[in-house]
Amino acid sequence: MAITREDVLHVAALARLELSEDEIVRLTGQLNDILAAVGKVSELDLSDVPPTSHPLSVVNVFRPDVARPSLPLDDAFANAPERDGDLFRVPPTGAAEESSA
Amino acid sequence: MIDTLRLTAEEARALLERGDVSGAELRAAYREAIDARNEELNCFLTLVDGDDNNGVPIALKDVISTKGVRTTAGSKILEGYVPVFDSTVADRCKAAGLQLLGKTNTDEFAMGSSTENSAYGPSHNPWDPTRVPGGSGGGSAAAVSAGLAPWALGSDTGGSIKQPSALCGNVGLRPTYGTVSRYGIVAFASSLDQVGPVTKTVRDNALLYGIISGRDDCDSTTVDVPPVELPVAEDLKGLRVGVPKELNEAEGISAGVAEAVRRAIDLCSELGAEVGECELPRSVEYGLPCYYLIAPAEASSNLARYDGVRYGLRVPADNYYEMVARTRDAGFGDEPKRRIMLGTYALSAGYYDAYYGQAQKVRTVIAREFAAAFERFDVLVSPTSPTVAFKIGEKAESPLAMYLTDVLTIPPNMAGLPGLSIPCGLSEGLPVGLQLIGAQFAENTLFRTGHALERAIGFDIVPERLR
Amino acid sequence: MPEWEPVIGLEIHVQLKTHTKMFCGCESGFGGEPNTRTCPVCLAFPGALPVPNQTAVEWTIKLGHALNCRIAERAIFHRKNYFYPDNPKGYQISQYDEPLCIDGSFVVTGPEGDGRVGIVRAHLEEDAAKTIHVGGATGRIVGSAHSNVDFNRGGTPLVEIVTQPDLRSADDAKRFLQLLRQTIVELGISDAEMEKGTLRADANVSVRELGETGYRTRTELKNMNSFNHIARGIDAELRRQIETWESGSEVVQETLDYEVKSDRVTPRRRKEEADDYRYFPEPDLVPVEPEADLVERLRSEVPELPGARIRRFEQQYELSYYDAEVLNGSAALAALYEQVALDGIDAKAASNVLMNDFVATGIDPASVNGTELGKLIAARATIPRETFTRALTESADPEFRAETYLGDTLVADTAELEPLVDRILADNPGQVAAYKGGKEGLLGFFVGQVMKETQGKADPKVVNELLREKLSP
Ligand SMILES: [Mg+2]
Ligand SMILES: [Zn+2]
Repeated sequence: MAITREDVLHVAALARLELSEDEIVRLTGQLNDILAAVGKVSELDLSDVPPTSHPLSVVNVFRPDVARPSLPLDDAFANAPERDGDLFRVPPTGAAEESSA
Repeated sequence: MIDTLRLTAEEARALLERGDVSGAELRAAYREAIDARNEELNCFLTLVDGDDNNGVPIALKDVISTKGVRTTAGSKILEGYVPVFDSTVADRCKAAGLQLLGKTNTDEFAMGSSTENSAYGPSHNPWDPTRVPGGSGGGSAAAVSAGLAPWALGSDTGGSIKQPSALCGNVGLRPTYGTVSRYGIVAFASSLDQVGPVTKTVRDNALLYGIISGRDDCDSTTVDVPPVELPVAEDLKGLRVGVPKELNEAEGISAGVAEAVRRAIDLCSELGAEVGECELPRSVEYGLPCYYLIAPAEASSNLARYDGVRYGLRVPADNYYEMVARTRDAGFGDEPKRRIMLGTYALSAGYYDAYYGQAQKVRTVIAREFAAAFERFDVLVSPTSPTVAFKIGEKAESPLAMYLTDVLTIPPNMAGLPGLSIPCGLSEGLPVGLQLIGAQFAENTLFRTGHALERAIGFDIVPERLR
Repeated sequence: MPEWEPVIGLEIHVQLKTHTKMFCGCESGFGGEPNTRTCPVCLAFPGALPVPNQTAVEWTIKLGHALNCRIAERAIFHRKNYFYPDNPKGYQISQYDEPLCIDGSFVVTGPEGDGRVGIVRAHLEEDAAKTIHVGGATGRIVGSAHSNVDFNRGGTPLVEIVTQPDLRSADDAKRFLQLLRQTIVELGISDAEMEKGTLRADANVSVRELGETGYRTRTELKNMNSFNHIARGIDAELRRQIETWESGSEVVQETLDYEVKSDRVTPRRRKEEADDYRYFPEPDLVPVEPEADLVERLRSEVPELPGARIRRFEQQYELSYYDAEVLNGSAALAALYEQVALDGIDAKAASNVLMNDFVATGIDPASVNGTELGKLIAARATIPRETFTRALTESADPEFRAETYLGDTLVADTAELEPLVDRILADNPGQVAAYKGGKEGLLGFFVGQVMKETQGKADPKVVNELLREKLSP
């Protein structure tokens, strides 16, 4: 399963990384080497083995629905690159788009 | 005169309790050592003045959030970031009266095995500054080894506490997953990250583990921990020690390392332990590939929050999407980018089952193999690192060669098991680490084993060139 | 021309009204100055970790029961990865292939019988923050457009309900949503107000020829914020799809916005790569494995739901479907009705008063003493209309007693009313002539005059009789 330049560009777009031409070339080679090595996992027939997503066998950890103090505004914005009043300001997203909950 | 090269945290605490020294005097002694040697070793990224606490000083790896103290995770993307909250471990250190000396160097986002991936330059090994101190927690390990801090905290995902401790000749514990809170730890791979102590002695290690461990309401993946026992016994009577064949005969283990470990295993028998062989056929062969799918996948998601919106670097652009892409390109170094790309690919449509899904099943296989071994043994032993500290730049060109340095620490990590690395001798004049692996929550067994071996081995923790 | 059958499924997001957010202790709900309800967790500061809200999990199970779902023995949270300023972690914590509630059905009552809508799943997730778009090339000044983010809403618990494509008309979809909304409100887990965005619905719409069994390409319709807009939006999209097929073209899969003004749907602009969400199990959280005891306790806490209550009212009180539905417009109105009706008052009369006069007052039924109201309704034929109306408007008063108004009886004595009737007829000769000329509608005018003079105390029945008698040729 060789990874192509197009794959690298697609993945970079998904990961929101604006890579330089140099990086694209280098990463294509490196990712191919790494994937060839890690692709080893598919040698094993594990159709009957359940996945482990977590090393702990703990379940049902919750928090009571009780409010705790939020941050003071100055703390919330302490590291903000750009503050507009009490809002975090970012370059325009294009009004037509919305997050998909 | 305080000899910071030899003073253990336990001794420092006793001096404070007896009033023989003040907290300020202790701090001054370490600051003097830092002034003398940090320029060469580059252990600290940030130094702290005027901590209110007056207890034993401590250094924290720079992935550990400290309120009001810059926390960079070794990355340019967090260059000026000052947390407004303390991580739970930092908070517990404060509550125990420890005073913060500063923040130690790390591979960017704890991704690496040499600290060369830090955006702030590599740290150097106190035994030989032309060599790496290991990584990602090379800053903490080198600081403890060079007497710049009596003890420190690191974080370990694939081996970032154990491996630098081995390479710098000190004691490092990667605790059982879930025993130490990850709240406030800049995340790398959430199902693997675990904070642990880097110390000069096993007893110091147990002391610090006692301070930081235990369930935390802010981390759903923490549990209650059995009371920590400070090890005293100097024998290993009744202990069953397993020697996993594959972990001790893996390709790439240098002869000198194998020899030092062999002597430590013989010592186990002499101290009264029952020693036997066992097998972990798939854990070693498939552990590394499994890790390099799961960790990057989780990392690709954990590092998505660095988008230039709420904190950290922002590269201006005309629209949001370009701003994010440029910020991330400029802010992340090569290794995070490589892992983000790898992880994103492993999770993407059409590849999930073959890569991430399959790796999760391999993880089950590994956990089962270790569980079987722990039915017969209390502790498993192996080298921590296949080699002693390598030269700075030696593996810089090949990510895969660098990844292979963690081949022995990764398998137990995949199963959430605790591992303690203690120095067991020298090879080529450099420290060799012995990895002691326990069953989940068997830290006390590791401390007991490590302490008895430490006494018997009598390793001198001070780098020869600094004695 | 073929006959087309609409195929509609809904995806509904319900904001739970827990005190705190889904994964942190910040207050949730409406209000609060921008970004004052934020913390390291919901601002996704490095190292912050989520801890799930127990109440949100329990309420989702409760809702699952109300939707006749199977409650999963094991549910896990997943990460849904995408970039947007309102999504601070770069992923939304949601549920994917192991949701909390699975395979349910919801009965939609109607005058012509029950409709059954399959529920694919109901799962728990967190809401996004609010992005506010500012400036831009509007007006004469070309401003530098930007976006601002308020993270107060970010992290509020949301339940997402996905239905099977079982709905067959825009009206069905609207009715389903209304009944679902009422069910959710009565469970006490959400205010479910579309205007406030605490209830949001997207529609998956396709059409097929009647008799066709497969499904054709569907589109996803978003941005509708009232029940009426949903119905109109779906209708607009159905029309568009039918036209498309009939003109020989094909419907393409896309996301559309409904524009109320033009009554048309418009395609939404999207980044093509944003569609691969790379779901994987959230490693910061452990699985949810609801214990059988808890699941049963929550089942027992589900009250009788509006749909079932409508059917019971029809039977028990012999009401028309329409009356039963109106009376079940809220649990409180239904409860008040039952209290009044059980006090031995004619069920139909009670329903008329409640549905018309009482509802018109706008009074909260929950604040009314049903027994006293019952007494008032029982005596309403003997008291003046105005008194009765006034009594209703005062019925929420804790001191409200029917007897306060019962002393105010109607004048039914012919001897007392006759001189007044005579005088009014004499004062209005024109109208009398017109009436006699055939404009019998003027009777109401004369009745009105009498009621006015008596301040409404004349018994309208007696006045009517007197007037007819005197005006008869
Ligand atoms: Mg959703
Ligand atoms: Zn919060």
